[in-house]
Amino acid sequence: MQYLLQIYSNDSMSTFETLTEEEKQSVMGEYFAISGAPGVTGGAQLQPPTTATTVRVQDGRTLTTDGPFPETKEALGGYYLFEAADLDAAIELAARIPAARLGGAIEVRPLVER
Amino acid sequence: MVTARNRAIDRIRRERTLAAKSKLLEVPEAVEDDMHDPIFNDERLELIFTCCHPALSTEAQVALTLRALGGLSTEEIAHAFLVPEATMAQRLVRAKRKIKAAAIPFRIPPEHMLPDRLTAVLAVVYLIFNEGYDGRGELAAQAIRLGGSLAELMPDEPEAHGLVALMLLHDSRRAARLQDGELVLLADQDRGLWDWPQIRSGRAALDRALALRGSGSYVLQAAIASLHASGSSDWPQIASLYGELAQLTRSPVIELNRAVALAEAQGVQHGLDAIDGLGLDAYPYLHATRADFLRRLGRPADARAAYRRALELTRSDPERRFLERRLAELGS
Repeated sequence: MQYLLQIYSNDSMSTFETLTEEEKQSVMGEYFAISGAPGVTGGAQLQPPTTATTVRVQDGRTLTTDGPFPETKEALGGYYLFEAADLDAAIELAARIPAARLGGAIEVRPLVER
Repeated sequence: MVTARNRAIDRIRRERTLAAKSKLLEVPEAVEDDMHDPIFNDERLELIFTCCHPALSTEAQVALTLRALGGLSTEEIAHAFLVPEATMAQRLVRAKRKIKAAAIPFRIPPEHMLPDRLTAVLAVVYLIFNEGYDGRGELAAQAIRLGGSLAELMPDEPEAHGLVALMLLHDSRRAARLQDGELVLLADQDRGLWDWPQIRSGRAALDRALALRGSGSYVLQAAIASLHASGSSDWPQIASLYGELAQLTRSPVIELNRAVALAEAQGVQHGLDAIDGLGLDAYPYLHATRADFLRRLGRPADARAAYRRALELTRSDPERRFLERRLAELGS
């Protein structure tokens, strides 16, 4: 089963920004370690939501708006793709992601398998 | 190439066992019949851990457990929780769909997850029991049966025995708790109405939990219930058990119960002192308890005010009538 682990953080004043340089390094190290963990098949960190563009098509016309869809306080900051036997394994990996303990949350979503 | 193929085979295999096990959710009767088949017992245990998986909503956990392990129909569960049958059916469908789509595992959780997950399972059973406590006796009976099979399936878990003991002991006073629809306090209950064989079963379960060195919250609560069932409640002992329980749970409601025991053990003023600063202003029992203490301390005006506050907050009719009687007895 494949899971998308979506990493949400409180965008404005994230707990991460309050950490010392040394602590930041160590948290980044954790993210890299998870990238290399068995079963993790992909992942990326996203630029902040202020850089987002939302695209819709109406009557054949492409409409673009500035900002993310939807507008929420929590912003998607990155994701991992994870291949695992079951949800318990995905929850355990999610709990290792630093954002989960730094005021953010991880949304775990199974992918449709074809 | 080989890995890809192996992975595909693994997936097919997994889907087959998952499909086979998902069927367990559909045929509760079959689960009921073979309680004593050891292989089936394992599946039954896997099933309850699946139904009570923390990734499901509490409502869904309760409904699935009653459906798959209690053998209740969707209609019966809907009736017990006072929701339309269609709502309950949808809740069950959604939960089963999530189990399948998100691959919630059918298994007894591995050692490192077991304590948390067992706590979740016991909490669901106790929730079902409490739903049945105020009258819907069929739910309480269901919970006692579920707890009994959990204790049977996990004979080394003291909290499973503790929960069974707690439920049996509480339930044994069911017939004495209400008289003509009116609430009867423990001290005023007709002990002839207590179910003594059930009290003995409850105490036997408590003994098993204690023999396993259990000191979790269900064991402690069962020990308190057992002391209450012994006629002259041993209040100093009860207060000390509530003290342990309060440390474990950090619950102000438990502190309130401890205050009641303290009032009996050391005097009403001690109880009143222990209530101060609990921060349970929206909790009717806090005010009802304060009112009772104040009444006994000979402060009728303060007592009346506290009874009135409790009356504003209570949502149960028998409780309301009980409080009104007490208020009337104080005169004006």
